[in-house]
Amino acid sequence: MAVVKSLVSGARLTMRHFLKAGKRRSSEYVSDESYFDQKEGAVTLCYPYEALPVPDNGRYRLHNEIDDCIVCDLCAKICPVNCITIESVKATEEIGSTSDGTKKRLYAPVFDIDMAKCCYCGLCTTVCPTDCLTMTPVYDFSEVDIKNMVYHFTNLTPEQAEEKKQLFEKQQEEMAAAKAAALAARKKQG
Amino acid sequence: MPLLAFVLAVGLMLLIVIVVVYAERKVAAFMQDRVGPTEAGPHGTLQPLLDVLKLLQKEDIIPAAADKKLFAIAPIMIFAAVFAGFAVIPLAPTLVPAGIGIGVFYLLAIISLDVVGLLMAGWGSNNKYAMLGAMRSVAQIVSYEIPAGLAILSVVMICQSLDFQEISYQQGVLINYFPGLEYELNWLFGIEALGINTTYVGGFFTWNIFRAPVMLVAFVIYFIASLAECNRAPFDIPEAESELVAGFHVEYSGFRFATFFLAEYAMMVLVCLVAVILFLGSWNTPLPNFGPLALANLTTGNPGGITGIFWGAFWLISKTLVLLFLQLWARWTYPRLRVDQLMHLCWKVLTPAALAVVLVAGVWRLLMV
Repeated sequence: MAVVKSLVSGARLTMRHFLKAGKRRSSEYVSDESYFDQKEGAVTLCYPYEALPVPDNGRYRLHNEIDDCIVCDLCAKICPVNCITIESVKATEEIGSTSDGTKKRLYAPVFDIDMAKCCYCGLCTTVCPTDCLTMTPVYDFSEVDIKNMVYHFTNLTPEQAEEKKQLFEKQQEEMAAAKAAALAARKKQG
Repeated sequence: MPLLAFVLAVGLMLLIVIVVVYAERKVAAFMQDRVGPTEAGPHGTLQPLLDVLKLLQKEDIIPAAADKKLFAIAPIMIFAAVFAGFAVIPLAPTLVPAGIGIGVFYLLAIISLDVVGLLMAGWGSNNKYAMLGAMRSVAQIVSYEIPAGLAILSVVMICQSLDFQEISYQQGVLINYFPGLEYELNWLFGIEALGINTTYVGGFFTWNIFRAPVMLVAFVIYFIASLAECNRAPFDIPEAESELVAGFHVEYSGFRFATFFLAEYAMMVLVCLVAVILFLGSWNTPLPNFGPLALANLTTGNPGGITGIFWGAFWLISKTLVLLFLQLWARWTYPRLRVDQLMHLCWKVLTPAALAVVLVAGVWRLLMV
């Protein structure tokens, strides 16, 4: 008899779940009052079609707002996995200012972040003086080719970068020439 | 007519197998709070079909150390044995592939050949898991044929026939249409002394489980034994994936594996069809005639015509699908039995109970005449 009783209770259990299978969990965030009340129905998340809500300030993929970047290289220095590569070119004059008023004096012909290497520690965002490097709530960015995991944030084309470099070199030369001329003039005087 | 029935039987078997494979995955998912296949076709309905297509494209691997002849022939042997069983299954009042008079006997005999195929697969694979699986499978199937056979025997005693079609006709309002049964009458519980004539009432009142209530016990015994005969959980120790990988078909791939798979599901369908025919009124409607409300006649149709075939096939398949659902339900509810529990259930519980049922069925038959 005990055998029959346990067989029946097992069968009732699975049937109960079978009959409730039409229900689905609604995707409430964990802070929602009803989060733990949803005990019935299928728990499967059909991912690309539906996703669990992430926090508004979720810290996943990095983003650099290049217009606000002063190319200080602090993020690249602190990165424990060296996933940020920055090259800088000095500008001939002040380029402008960031949204928080800091003066920009450097161009960034290369500002690459290799998201395949990133360990999501967030150190780079804490050291960023202008808060231009941030972590976004985007977490689904897998790629077929790993090369596409390197994100390029520069706003200069290679030609523009070359031009800026030459402008700076020319200015340096001019300054050097002016300096040399001034030196020669002083020598003559003296 | 036999050719039409044969083609219908093949088509029907493949169709039901596809439906059951899909249902298996969906039922399993629902019982475990998942959603099952959703991608291929609407609600994943094309999944089983695509699975078969995938299997057919796979390489047919024959292990170097295998006994090649046995290995190659085993899946065909198993499928042939199961498929031959479908030959005597009546689909509708006038539709049966082979209406032989000893259908029940033939079915039991031909299904037993299944065991030979299993042993060939297990031995021919030259693999310890396959060998163990085949040995377990043969021990189990041979053991469970006894309670299943006794349960079927009790039906044969009540019906006094080995012909599936005659057994079918006896269980409904068409009883007098069968040659030789023109003057037969059905009484409630088979007892004339109760004075309730159910010949023209039909419906579930004339099913075998109602013609002789002891058949209900026989039905339960047969159903449990049939689960074991088609290696279904909770009696799936021959292919226990957690200990034997896949049992006797562990070395098979591609088309040959597909054949095993098909045979396994065809076997499920076959044992359920047999249970329906022997105990649950075969192709007869479950709805009885209530005075002027002639539901039974309405849902039986014209026995010789197209409506008769339609209603017969409809009720037979519906009842079979209900039993198949029971099989799925059992599989996703109960854990696998140990070998000793399996043998205990067979020899110490089911076989004595089946013997008692045979005895009571004999006495009941004496009361019926």
